[in-house]
Amino acid sequence: MQITTTVNGRECTQDVEPRLLLVHFLRDHLGLTGTHWGCDTSNCGACVVWLDAMPVKACTVLAVMADGCDVRTVEGLETESGLDPIQQGFVECHGLQCGFCTPAMLMTGRWLLNHDPDPSEETIREAISGQVCRCTGYENIVRSIRWAAEHGSGAPAAVAEADESAVPGQRSAAEEVRA
Amino acid sequence: MQVPATFQYEKAASVADALALLARYGPEARVVAGGQSLLPMMKLRMAEPTALVDINGLTQLARISVDGDELSIGAIVRHAELLASPVVGEHLPILRDAERLIADPIVRNRGTVGGSLCQADPSEDLSAAFAALRAVLVVESAGGRRNVAIRQFFTGPYETVVEPGELLVEIRVPIRSHASAYQKVERRVGDWPVAAAGAVLELDRDRDRVREVGIGLTSVGAAGFVAAEAEDVLRGRPASEEQFVEAGRIAAQHCNPVSDQRGPEDYKRHLAGVLVTRALRKATARSRGEEA
Ligand SMILES: Cc1cc2nc3c(=O)[nH]c(=O)nc-3n(C[C@H](O)[C@H](O)[C@H](O)COP(=O)(O)OP(=O)(O)OC[C@H]3O[C@@H](n4cnc5c(N)ncnc54)[C@H](O)[C@@H]3O)c2cc1C
Repeated sequence: MQITTTVNGRECTQDVEPRLLLVHFLRDHLGLTGTHWGCDTSNCGACVVWLDAMPVKACTVLAVMADGCDVRTVEGLETESGLDPIQQGFVECHGLQCGFCTPAMLMTGRWLLNHDPDPSEETIREAISGQVCRCTGYENIVRSIRWAAEHGSGAPAAVAEADESAVPGQRSAAEEVRA
Repeated sequence: MQVPATFQYEKAASVADALALLARYGPEARVVAGGQSLLPMMKLRMAEPTALVDINGLTQLARISVDGDELSIGAIVRHAELLASPVVGEHLPILRDAERLIADPIVRNRGTVGGSLCQADPSEDLSAAFAALRAVLVVESAGGRRNVAIRQFFTGPYETVVEPGELLVEIRVPIRSHASAYQKVERRVGDWPVAAAGAVLELDRDRDRVREVGIGLTSVGAAGFVAAEAEDVLRGRPASEEQFVEAGRIAAQHCNPVSDQRGPEDYKRHLAGVLVTRALRKATARSRGEEA
């Protein structure tokens, strides 16, 4: 069956079997191996990509369901002006760890910040609760997303500062990492 | 790598088109909505439909609206949309409570309300919540529409009254001045329940007697996802802690849990009772303005 999708801004037309899963379409047909394929059961969330601007687990979506849709993968995050702040956050706060869950965490993190530029730690933890980190090191991942919120990807600086001063004695994630 | 067996795939352009496609492909064809239950089952070859009719494009089934004194929820409304809906949050906190605990935010972006009910998984959260609310399900076929009370909808584990060639199109819930809440115990965030209970109460004007009540139960083998005997015990009685504990005791006595990896039978039975009591308590406290 012929499908046409826009992947990271580029339209592509391919002939696929209806049973092909979106995750394998991206990896095997388009060579976009940044999207990881983990548990196969929709539990680990390593395969999260955006389908029409919404994060989905690509191991539980058929490629044919993406026909006519817009798909964004981790390969589409970086722009001409450099890394997306969410990517920079993972660099700054050592959010990468082993790296397996990272692309999906980046996609969920970026989506969260698009909708909530200044998420609380609780909101971040809730947003990534369907994604398993094999290092069990969520601390750094949460910090990385907070870093991005505080550095150009989230609320205006004034809002972020007001937030911090409201919680005396509590250092921001970024300060903690710098310290 | 888990790969489904081969099948034909069709995108439906309208409800009539979906029904025509289902008729053309016959009883081995299946509807696919969010695919969050069906695709995993197909990957495990627990389901091998010969054709899938994709209803994701049917925007007319994607709406939440208030229609008189009823809330109308289209079959392909996603879990995430139900959770985010202000009208649901205001009138039917039981649905908001339940949705917060169903799967995880990413699965909720895809899974649909109609798919959840048609899947009829014995651990399904929405089945219990809508059973407590006495929802009416609108099922469409080539011959027209029929309304099915949710308490008549489930015919067994993974089985409903929806026949091959039929489509669940809408879920209708009466909006009355009722109080509601949903309580669930799960092993980890986003997991299916060990046990869960939902309560919907219509109280009298002084909010101290129970006029009508709906109690939903899931994962514990309650027939039709309902704790009917516990409802009978409460109807017309005081909305008191003592009565709520009694209703929990009756619900625990009449459900039929099985021992599995989520826990032994006696633990689940105990949990069912505790959760019924908690849901009733929370719903009542909410309606008295004591709790959010
Ligand atoms: C990791 C994970 C965790 C989960 N945890 C929970 C949980 O904690 N609690 C819970 O309740 N659920 C849970 N679920 C299930 C989730 O809620 C699914 O969204 C839901 O069960 C199925 O909805 P769907 O739209 O994806 O349906 P699909 O998978 O598309 O369909 C399911 C079945 O319903 C039929 N169907 C779908 N729509 C219609 C229709 N309109 N008319 C007729 N037949 C139809 C299909 O043919 C199929 O047989 C979980 C799922 C996953 C993947």
